[in-house]
Amino acid sequence: MLNYDLVVVGGGPAGMAAALRARDFGIKDIIILERAETLGGILEQCIHTGFGLHYFGEELSGPEYAARFIELVEDQRIEYKTDTMVTDVSEDKIVTAVNKEDGLLKIQAKAVILAMGCRERPRGALSIAGTRGSGIMTAGTAQKYVNMDGYMPGKKIVILGSGDIGLIMARRMTLEGAEVKMVCELMPYSGGLTRNIVQCLDDFGIPLYLSTTVIATHGTNRLEGVTIAQVDDRLQPIPGTEKYVECDTLMLSVGLIPENELTKNVGIKMDRITNGAVVNEMRQTDHEGIFACGNVLHVHDLVDYVTIEAQTAGEGAAKYILGQQAKDPVYVNVTTGNGVRYTVPQMVNIKSKDDIKIYFRVGQIYKNAKVVLTCAGKVVSAKKKVKLAPGEMENVIIPDDVLATLAESDEIKVEVAES
Amino acid sequence: MIYDIAVIGAGVTGCMIARALSKYKLKIALLERGNDVAMGASKANSGIVHAGFDAKPGTLKAKMNLRGNELMEDVCRELNVPYKRNGSLVLAFSEEEMETLHELYNRGISNGVDGMSILNRSELLAVEPNIGDEAVGALRAQTAGIVCPYSLTIAAAENSVTNGVEFFRNFEAVSIDFADDIFTVSAADNKIETKYIINAAGLFADEIAAMIGDNSLHITARRGEYYILDKSVGNLVTHTIFQCPSKMGKGILVAPTTHGNLLIGPSAIDIDDKNDVSTTAEGLKEVSALALKSVPGATTRFAITSFSGNRAHEDKNDFTIEPSSVNGHFINVAGIESPGLTGSPAVAEYVENIMRGIIDLQLKENYVTTREKPFRYHLATDDEKRAAIAKNPSYGRIICRCESITEGEILDAIHAPAGARDVDGVKRRTRAGMGRCQGGFCGSKVVELLARELNISANEITKFGGKSDILYERTK
Repeated sequence: MLNYDLVVVGGGPAGMAAALRARDFGIKDIIILERAETLGGILEQCIHTGFGLHYFGEELSGPEYAARFIELVEDQRIEYKTDTMVTDVSEDKIVTAVNKEDGLLKIQAKAVILAMGCRERPRGALSIAGTRGSGIMTAGTAQKYVNMDGYMPGKKIVILGSGDIGLIMARRMTLEGAEVKMVCELMPYSGGLTRNIVQCLDDFGIPLYLSTTVIATHGTNRLEGVTIAQVDDRLQPIPGTEKYVECDTLMLSVGLIPENELTKNVGIKMDRITNGAVVNEMRQTDHEGIFACGNVLHVHDLVDYVTIEAQTAGEGAAKYILGQQAKDPVYVNVTTGNGVRYTVPQMVNIKSKDDIKIYFRVGQIYKNAKVVLTCAGKVVSAKKKVKLAPGEMENVIIPDDVLATLAESDEIKVEVAES
Repeated sequence: MIYDIAVIGAGVTGCMIARALSKYKLKIALLERGNDVAMGASKANSGIVHAGFDAKPGTLKAKMNLRGNELMEDVCRELNVPYKRNGSLVLAFSEEEMETLHELYNRGISNGVDGMSILNRSELLAVEPNIGDEAVGALRAQTAGIVCPYSLTIAAAENSVTNGVEFFRNFEAVSIDFADDIFTVSAADNKIETKYIINAAGLFADEIAAMIGDNSLHITARRGEYYILDKSVGNLVTHTIFQCPSKMGKGILVAPTTHGNLLIGPSAIDIDDKNDVSTTAEGLKEVSALALKSVPGATTRFAITSFSGNRAHEDKNDFTIEPSSVNGHFINVAGIESPGLTGSPAVAEYVENIMRGIIDLQLKENYVTTREKPFRYHLATDDEKRAAIAKNPSYGRIICRCESITEGEILDAIHAPAGARDVDGVKRRTRAGMGRCQGGFCGSKVVELLARELNISANEITKFGGKSDILYERTK
């Protein structure tokens, strides 16, 4: 059995930022366990730019953004193991991992940060009828083939789902010489960032069909075409709107699912909306000393926010290890009102001494609406927003002086007020 | 070289026959039109070892079912294939259907099935608490089981090849000539000569028979569509849950798989194109709705994939296992639909006996009855894992995250006798890509490993052979 103060599961942007922040707070014995061949996580295959605008104030590519943190990890001599898969985390914080060199590893940690990221929803979850030939893949898999392996995974492409990866891949495949015929989106709005719709579709003349889905795939061996159809407001295909589209590739960008198998095995309380753990303002789960951050906690649209969240988790873990965590916390749940799908954190310690930023997502598009934060029945803030969209994460701040006035029985609520 | 026997079709029937005959001093060729074994109904069925109360008494289906059920456990032990005798329940949703259960019970008694009983609702709930409200009773059959159908086929093929059978993949017979007591079986770019032929071509057995002028068979593809549900609902039921059978088959079932998932299906509809294994919105909807009637928790919200397979339904509605009336050196093994998987060890034994009546079967001195147990990281104890990695470090590199499948297991699958040549072949042998993400993460790594081990470039690797290309040319 090995012993470390802090084990960080996952060496992507979340894991690295968390480990670095814990080091800043004086934690020496840290190890990052990463399943891929290198640190950096999914950023390594995101060779487009747009990363770091918020955090660094400049536009970086994914690998550049990751490289800044990898360098710091190296400089700080934070230990890490790549090609190492964590297969279990126990309630008493024994981490089991495996790799070629060390074989089976058992590590007793004082604190654990879960930063495993997310995976893409596959075709199976959609139950698209039809043939099951090759040429149907998630946008992320296609991205790996093109950007990492250097192969074209398709030439005539239909993309289902207007998530950010799908939009990015529409542009990427076009630049590589493929014909991207369309992006179909089941919902009446896109799940991706507005800037991606403009820069990846509009600029290349790729049509985005809203309220449209793929209902069947054709072609016994390689995909030969798909049938698309418009959907009604119950998201059911409308008979008579079917259209055949010839293509050799169907790329799916239909949602990301936090990879929480390890989390669930520990028995950590989960949030049914985020598919991540329920956490407090330091991103600690209901199991003391086990923290979660990044896309494993909830799916972010910008890596910049992942970094910031991970730093909070890193600080929380460090304070836990050092015994500096606030004693006898009093938790109040953050409830979601009109229009708000979820918040992170889901609970806050009202004895916290700092402002607490509550991140949230809305369930549909709002124009000229207000984001209202209510604490103990009083409206704390009502911020006007020109546009709120499910694809863009929002936040509100609970000021420290408001926190100080709250009691255990009080309610904290975030909601959208329509004008 | 002139083979003694050519088995046409490497599904579960063909592979089990090849295995049974590989004990003897015979030169055997196993011909398969696909890029792998188990490419037809053998990879897409319910995976049930039936107790044997369905088939009409006196039919070959009834006989093969009973004998197959008896043999299956030992066969699976010898071949190290996942098998479990989990028992089955046929649900009745009305008093009328309770009558049907009694008929099935009596038929089972005539067929010689042991371990049957009729349960009322409370007895039913005592054994399966998650059954739907409408079920009023059930026929329980304790001898029923589950087996992984493609694992059985693959293991039988491996064992056959270990014993000297030659496996020809991508060998699609287009004509058969017979002269001087020798058959010549021709494919587009290959041909072999053989003294005897065993026609185990599944859906295409009628077309193969017609190549020697035997037009006695007529096979229709009967499509069955399924969903596989996530392991998180794999424990909803322990028995295989049937509904009352109809003319078209045994109805929609809800069954645990040997790998811990839940399987729901199949639909049953006759189709024209035997090669069409597409799913349909209607079929999937039917499966989804009917399964809920049996087990309300088995919702397709937990679906990780859906698929369809075609049963080889022959007009006579029974198995045909006999020498052709046109040529006694040509043995038809046709119309092998349900209970074909259950019956496969018995069918192999039956064919072995037919061959014994035709040619002199001499046992080999050193034939191998067992297939070595493949290392399975996710099933191994910590000590077994340590030992395996110490011996072969590639057992320490996990490729498929969802199912914890290691590089070592994938290499074993590629280098096994009649090993994997494509991504789906690796998937069936190792489960890499069968988990929640359905190969999203590991698919490209499996392509990479196949290319490396087979010493070809990544864009020559296919999903399942033929034109199922995954990658095109290199990016510029």
